[in-house]
Amino acid sequence: MGLLSSRISITRYKVASRLDGSVHETVYRALKQHSIPEIEDDGSETMVGWTSFEYPYKPDFEGYSFVFGAHMVFALRIDKKCIPPKLVQKHYALKAAKHLAETGRQFLSGNEKKAIKEQVVNSLNRRIPAIPNVYDLVWHYKDASLWFFSNLKSANEALETLFIKSFGLPLIRLFPYTTADLKAGLSARERDLLLKLEPSRSEE
Amino acid sequence: MLDIAVSYNRYKFLGDEFLTWLWFMIETDQNRLCRYDPDLVSLNIGSRMVLENTRNNAKETVTIKGQDANLEEGLLALKKGAVVTEIHLSYKSGDQHWQFNLKGESLNISNLKLPEIGPVETPEDLEGAVIEKTYLIEKVVGLVNNLFSHFIKLRISNEWRNQTVFRIRNWAMSLGKHPPDIDPE
Repeated sequence: MGLLSSRISITRYKVASRLDGSVHETVYRALKQHSIPEIEDDGSETMVGWTSFEYPYKPDFEGYSFVFGAHMVFALRIDKKCIPPKLVQKHYALKAAKHLAETGRQFLSGNEKKAIKEQVVNSLNRRIPAIPNVYDLVWHYKDASLWFFSNLKSANEALETLFIKSFGLPLIRLFPYTTADLKAGLSARERDLLLKLEPSRSEE
Repeated sequence: MLDIAVSYNRYKFLGDEFLTWLWFMIETDQNRLCRYDPDLVSLNIGSRMVLENTRNNAKETVTIKGQDANLEEGLLALKKGAVVTEIHLSYKSGDQHWQFNLKGESLNISNLKLPEIGPVETPEDLEGAVIEKTYLIEKVVGLVNNLFSHFIKLRISNEWRNQTVFRIRNWAMSLGKHPPDIDPE
């Protein structure tokens, strides 16, 4: 989901703290360090990392290219390998039959079945290309706020994990309670009242 | 601050009550909404609304879809104690028009359609497009924050318990009978 898409989904966050030192330089180094690997390695099922907004398939943060006016714009990329279950089933059946023929036995133990399945999944993971998913984000550093352009639970969880790992800053998702607590400008007394609220009843 | 997961579940009713109040305000007091957002020309219910009633240990969901859909089913559900859990809104400010979906429990914005911007044909156009899009999104995010802030201040006040709940109920009951006679807030 992208900032320039015709239809946009947004999850809003508050960035709970501030960076030390030069903001752009610190962000640049963190993005580079945690960018998505360009070469698909071993048999990992999922790879998560930062990528650039402009070139999501060739991450490039040089010249602070993630800075757009007062905002920082970059993207989270999740590359995931999806092996169709029927493909696993086919390769498992072939490998199990071969193993039985080689050992001259008629049945496999539970552990053998599990080990063969793991070998099949690992082998397919190395051969199947990962499907990239790119989710843009806009970070308003001055306002300590961030928009993430996806409402998907898994993508939001990946963002929260990678963000704190990269920048050392926790993200607080803005839903009704946190919006009321952090964005509505309530006094201490009003925040106490907020804590005590219970659902209203307005039925017939 | 409370634990995030606990507070999400414990207070998600606030988002549903916010959307229910917003529907009431849209139908009864556009002028007040204009005071909350001085740039607002109009805010209307769009093409979708979802209501849920979880009373009596059963969950009943009513979904209303379609342009100019009749909201009578929604009002009937409201009378029985349902709340709005999802709403599609049409927002006009100046000569620009936004449409988006707002979910009560998360306040997530989805299916947001922004006013048209110029085409991005060269790399030089990109920065302008990003800044323009960001400005247009900020209008909607700001609107939601602003409306929610007004709602939450009302919600924690005695006025909510003593007046607003009854006004919303009277409004729902009065529809289909006679024009609403309501002075919200």
